[in-house]
Amino acid sequence: MIAESLREYTMLNILKELIYSSGAVSLTGGNLVMWMVAFVLLYLAIKKQYEPLLLLPIAFGILIVNLPLTFLMEPEHGLIWFFYHYGIEQDIIPPLIFLGLGAMIDLGPLIANPKTLLLGAGAQAGLYVTFFAAILFGFDLQEAGSIAIIGGADGPTTIYLTSKLAPHLLGATAVSAYAYMALVPIIQPPMMKLLTTDHERKIVMTKLRPVSKLQRICFPIVTGMTIMLVVPPAAPLISMLMLGNLFKESGVVERLTNAASNELMNIVTIFLGLSIGATMTASTFLSPKVLFIFFLGLFAFVVSTAAGLLMAKFMNLFLKDKINPLIGAAGVSAVPMAARCVHKVGSEANRRNYLLMYAMGPNVAGVIGTVVAAAILLKNLG
Amino acid sequence: MPELIAPLAGNVWKVLIAVGDKVEMDDEVIILEALKMETPIYCDDAGTITELKVKEGDAVNEGDVLAVIG
Repeated sequence: MIAESLREYTMLNILKELIYSSGAVSLTGGNLVMWMVAFVLLYLAIKKQYEPLLLLPIAFGILIVNLPLTFLMEPEHGLIWFFYHYGIEQDIIPPLIFLGLGAMIDLGPLIANPKTLLLGAGAQAGLYVTFFAAILFGFDLQEAGSIAIIGGADGPTTIYLTSKLAPHLLGATAVSAYAYMALVPIIQPPMMKLLTTDHERKIVMTKLRPVSKLQRICFPIVTGMTIMLVVPPAAPLISMLMLGNLFKESGVVERLTNAASNELMNIVTIFLGLSIGATMTASTFLSPKVLFIFFLGLFAFVVSTAAGLLMAKFMNLFLKDKINPLIGAAGVSAVPMAARCVHKVGSEANRRNYLLMYAMGPNVAGVIGTVVAAAILLKNLG
Repeated sequence: MPELIAPLAGNVWKVLIAVGDKVEMDDEVIILEALKMETPIYCDDAGTITELKVKEGDAVNEGDVLAVIG
């Protein structure tokens, strides 16, 4: 009799322990909301294929850190915390992404038409406007800088800067930067049509001059050195970008070019996505601030697009060979989505207008411009 | 003889014509792929395709001759 009740008692205790040690009882409403966010992102990644390479690991990262008691993001213990700590806090991943990006992008259109560098610089205007707007909304200087950089529409740069200035906002700024990049084909065309005339959109640009191999090799070296001498904090990102590009243009290290742009890029993308997702626990992500970040990020992106378009129109006042002002919109980075978008809108106005390569000039200039802007923010706020 | 010129660099994605085909001005004849985007190339002249210089999968540079129209 006693033995029986004792057994019953222990069984009950084990059951109780099991329930209490399970994550289920520690679940909060916030966790459930974050699951929904994760499922929506998974849907967008898998079904709609919006930036799936990033969105899929991000969404999964969100899901698993919102399972209580897994301690995946526990400092010094959790698996994902190590990815996050070494990859992002210690700034390893964003420069490696830039190495791969450099090995993939063609700086030829920029070398052939250096004027487009101005478009890449002009399109950073949104960043500065948003910086002040964010301060008006009550964000502190560091937070404002991290939010403003979303307007540059460059994921790795946004992550790099936010991890240094306002790490608690990392999930929100990274997701909104990638979201707006994926939404380029929806956000930009109406603005392009609003700010340009049909006649301007029809402009066929003069053929790009051919670029010699020597110029292609010298460009990353000379430009990289110049930028790093002028704004040293840009060095981690710019040096890797230019090294990757030198791999590609030198033509003698095809294996390194491929490793940087394929294998290495893919590997770090997995860790990047997971770590970003894992910063989005219910307690950090579910705050009114995050909504403001999405709103201000969109504002930054819209102002940058407008600034690029208007800059191109302004340049046309002085140019004999007019440029098609649409390519100004590619001055926001978002390589190559923004260039594709320019090409598409241009060909709708005149189906013999092939703007893709012309738009790649300001597009890669935008990447460089965003890095420089980030370095300036970092230098003054960090 | 009029030539069909590649207006941008890319890979030949689809060739919609064959030697001997009659084409009209503005016909879609070749689709190039650049930066994961399909770009249709249109005929600038009417006539018959006398020579096809590219096949699907070829990489072309801006200014390359894609086909000759007789």
